[in-house]
Amino acid sequence: MGPLIPNEIIGANWDFLIALLVGIGFGYILERAGFSSSRKLAGVFYGYDFVVLRVFFTAAITAAIGLYYFQYFEWIDLSMIYINPLYLTSTLIGGVIMGFGFIIGGYCPGTSVCGAMIGKIDAMVFIGGIFLGIFFYGETYELLWKKIYLDNFLGAPLVFDSLGISNALFILGLSIAALLAFWITAQIPKFVKRVDY
Amino acid sequence: MENKVLENKRKYMNPYLAGFLLGLVIIFAFYYTGRGLGASGAIKSAVVASVDAVAHKHALASEFYAPYASKEESPLNSWLVFEIIGVMIGALISGIVAGRLKLKVEHSPKISSKTRLIMAVLGGVLFGIGSQLGRGCTSGAALTGMATLSTAGFVSMLAIFGTGYTFAWFFRKFWI
Repeated sequence: MGPLIPNEIIGANWDFLIALLVGIGFGYILERAGFSSSRKLAGVFYGYDFVVLRVFFTAAITAAIGLYYFQYFEWIDLSMIYINPLYLTSTLIGGVIMGFGFIIGGYCPGTSVCGAMIGKIDAMVFIGGIFLGIFFYGETYELLWKKIYLDNFLGAPLVFDSLGISNALFILGLSIAALLAFWITAQIPKFVKRVDY
Repeated sequence: MENKVLENKRKYMNPYLAGFLLGLVIIFAFYYTGRGLGASGAIKSAVVASVDAVAHKHALASEFYAPYASKEESPLNSWLVFEIIGVMIGALISGIVAGRLKLKVEHSPKISSKTRLIMAVLGGVLFGIGSQLGRGCTSGAALTGMATLSTAGFVSMLAIFGTGYTFAWFFRKFWI
């Protein structure tokens, strides 16, 4: 039963090879879908291109449905996988700072790597910016960030537990919400000025 | 122009197919390793390795660097670093296949290349800080967090995109 490496079904030596393969798949799909273009990505905020919403939601829902079916068939033990811990204050503030980073810089870290690899100079300097930002954070961690970083720790809850509903009902609701979002956003570009990029 | 748009359309994968395939990649990652995707973590490793190489004592004295700098092995010997090397290879292959390899600064015609580059650095700095505070970026915190149905993933996604939508109007001249 998965996860195979933590369960010692296959050796830990495979870990980095799997990492490389996962990365190749991730990078190939992102670039192929157009995530190497900041103007295509920014379209999601201005209504002229919704590729981010479509890829992002489809991927999250596909993975969630797959993982929970894997659990249902007892192919994976979901109690052994990494669940992001919820530190409410830092998750929110960090998210807000990243939101500004996205609308100002046009990329996020993963997409900037894709952009840089196909020659986007703005993506390369964006990566330089991330490096500087993390360096600044590291140098000022104790002074500025530590308290916020550790504030309001709420464990590693799952969203359907937080909402008090079953996992199946949540996934169904999320899927319906995504389909509605796909349909609505397909109409929006008809009403906004076309942007060529 | 019409032709160029059509040509671009053909070169991009259908977004729903891309999303479905990306979902399979996430399942594959969890099934084998028990963890999902990430991007900012690899750059963090590069920062820690650089600081450690230049000022080892300083790194050991810092609560931020010490957990990685104090280990025997290099901070670069990490899962996320190998994963991001994969991302680079994958993106390059796709760029070659789609014929998109071209050195350029991509920007709205309303702003200069210089403005775009300054904004890109600034955005990167903010993403660097935000990803450390938020324990991951759009890949690790939001996308992978949502895939496992973690509450943190949904909070992170809402915070990132909620902020983007709320303030998009103020930054519109940089994009449209």
